[in-house]
Amino acid sequence: MSLVADQISPAVIDSMHQVLTPEGKVVGQLPDIPDEQLMQFYRWMVFGRISSQRFVALQRQGRIGTFSPIDGQEAASVGMAAPLQQKDWLLGSYREYLAYHVKGVPFPAQVKQWGGDIPDDYPAESRCVPFQIVLGTQVLHTVGIAQAIKYEGEPQVAVVGCGDGATSEGDFNEALNFAGVFKAPVVFMVQNNGWAISTPRHKQSAARYIADRAIGFGMPGCLVDGNDVLAVYQVVADAVARARAGDGPTLIEAITYRLGAHTTADDPTKYRPEAEVEEWEKRDPIIRYRQFLMDRSMLTEKEDKVLHEELNTEFEEAIAVYEALPPRTPQQHFDLVFAEQSPQLQRQQAKLLEALETEPDSGVNHDSSLMPL
Amino acid sequence: MPNWTMVQAINSALSQEMEQDQRVLIFGQDVGHNGGVFRVTDGLQERFGEKRVFDTPLAESGIIGTSLGMAMYGLRPVVEIQFAGFTFLAFNQIASQVSRVRYRSGGVFTAPLVIRAPFGGGVRTPEMHSDSVESYYMHMQGIKVVIPSNPYDAKGLLHAAIEDPDPVMFLEHMKLYRSFRQEVPEERYTIPLGQAAVVKEGNDVTVFAYGAMVKVALDAAKQIEEATGATVEVVDLRTIAPMDEETIANSVNKTGRAVVVHEAARAGGVGAEVIAVINEHCLYSLLKPVERVTIPDAPFPVPKLEDFFIPTPDRVAKAIHRTLEP
Repeated sequence: MSLVADQISPAVIDSMHQVLTPEGKVVGQLPDIPDEQLMQFYRWMVFGRISSQRFVALQRQGRIGTFSPIDGQEAASVGMAAPLQQKDWLLGSYREYLAYHVKGVPFPAQVKQWGGDIPDDYPAESRCVPFQIVLGTQVLHTVGIAQAIKYEGEPQVAVVGCGDGATSEGDFNEALNFAGVFKAPVVFMVQNNGWAISTPRHKQSAARYIADRAIGFGMPGCLVDGNDVLAVYQVVADAVARARAGDGPTLIEAITYRLGAHTTADDPTKYRPEAEVEEWEKRDPIIRYRQFLMDRSMLTEKEDKVLHEELNTEFEEAIAVYEALPPRTPQQHFDLVFAEQSPQLQRQQAKLLEALETEPDSGVNHDSSLMPL
Repeated sequence: MPNWTMVQAINSALSQEMEQDQRVLIFGQDVGHNGGVFRVTDGLQERFGEKRVFDTPLAESGIIGTSLGMAMYGLRPVVEIQFAGFTFLAFNQIASQVSRVRYRSGGVFTAPLVIRAPFGGGVRTPEMHSDSVESYYMHMQGIKVVIPSNPYDAKGLLHAAIEDPDPVMFLEHMKLYRSFRQEVPEERYTIPLGQAAVVKEGNDVTVFAYGAMVKVALDAAKQIEEATGATVEVVDLRTIAPMDEETIANSVNKTGRAVVVHEAARAGGVGAEVIAVINEHCLYSLLKPVERVTIPDAPFPVPKLEDFFIPTPDRVAKAIHRTLEP
């Protein structure tokens, strides 16, 4: 049995840029990172796993809306964001929420977006735009940001994440083309997780690798084992350094796997064999990295248990912050269309408020789990 | 005061905005060295350099999508889409991204950008270059749609559009680019967005128009006044979103009769919206049903057919006549 839709075998992935084997054995050059930071990577990855699984549970309880799990993609998510400096930009879709967490978006702000509310507290300084819904569109926004960085002569870099499905979008291709032409300081990070909902990777493109497409846009392409956080960190750090030095964009394809469903509204047993999932569970990015840390005597079973408890608490505290927020009022809805309300909106707002006075029950159903899928 | 075509007036606005604000960038297809296919950006690259006025790859979604990234960063892009009929290639970027970023980021990110695009019939362009696309954008939330009818307004409205903190679709009728000149002040001035102009006062019927149809409406008004002695008010909507409901209501409450003229198809068009506004604010002042003079709900006619369909002064005059019949 081969992995990722009959295209990429484990041997091929293992031959890609890799620092740790699936068993956690060091086979490549370790990035020059202090131990403290190496531990931080682990904390982030475990937080990713905990949050992904807890979010699914919260959705089932009707406490948040539709959610997209990231189980299995923690290494790619952490590795793409960890090399960035505070003033760098990071954009992505819903599957990059852990990368946003690493970049510095306060977690309750993201919970708000999953909860079906307006994410109005992503701090501007985090330089992350609320995660994207229409796939591929954020890739163009990021190139525009990178062009602006270059125009202003700032030393920043913009990184954008998307999935293998998004690479079929016109916007993805236009974005790479613009980035190549304008030599924009941008890094494209494709998390190829094998599946775009139910569509396997080989039905997205006949190209052998997504990274191969880089040549057509006049930029280097790079393949990396996406379940190896140190390998991902290294290739992203190299691409970021390249962009920062003024040498232009890079396309990175991280081969990973979506262990869970596309979203809480999806049932993957309908379209993919369980055996494939089991194969990938052996390549779990957290197991590999945990082994590496233990082999280096940086983590014991006991410490790991404590760490899990701490991160569970951190997650629950973020949920508590989110759930204690005052309910959003319909008035605010009208204030976010234009800088100044048009006379039409003023009238429509007044009408709504008037109607609400006679409809005391209107709008009070906050069950966000009603998506009929 | 110089006597300028609309092309010169727009060029002057662009030039002054670039001069006073380093954040203003101009880009699109062939807008650099070539100065745009209609020469609207003529000389700007020479004057402000390739960093600020540049050509892009031929990709509309790419132009709009990258302009949004720049705007979120803090720049003020003014992009040109070569023909409004081609803006559909960027429809998602305009509908779901540009016009929505303020809402979906809770106001943390905004899109102070301007999308300029020529449109309009009567100049024998190849298929799909002439379509009047304004209704699609009028229906979007979070973007303003501006259509000037003369050089003076074009300059003042464009200054206001570039200064506006929200995205603006600025549609320029090709037939107006060079068809007449007007005295236009050289210095910077703004005309507020969202305000219609009563370009001719009258008491018996109001004709609503915008873009190239304003001249058609004025010619029709003249015919009617000469033939009947009735006086016709002509309102240039100038901004179709958000629409100036107050000016529409005031005029129809005075005249009791109305005709709406546009070059776009009828269903779900600007005319339908104007009539809805009249219904809300002026129903009891109405003396006759409101007339619409538009092209039919068929594709925008090919050059060999367009003269059959684009509203003419005669056709508008007939519609006015119907409203004046006892």
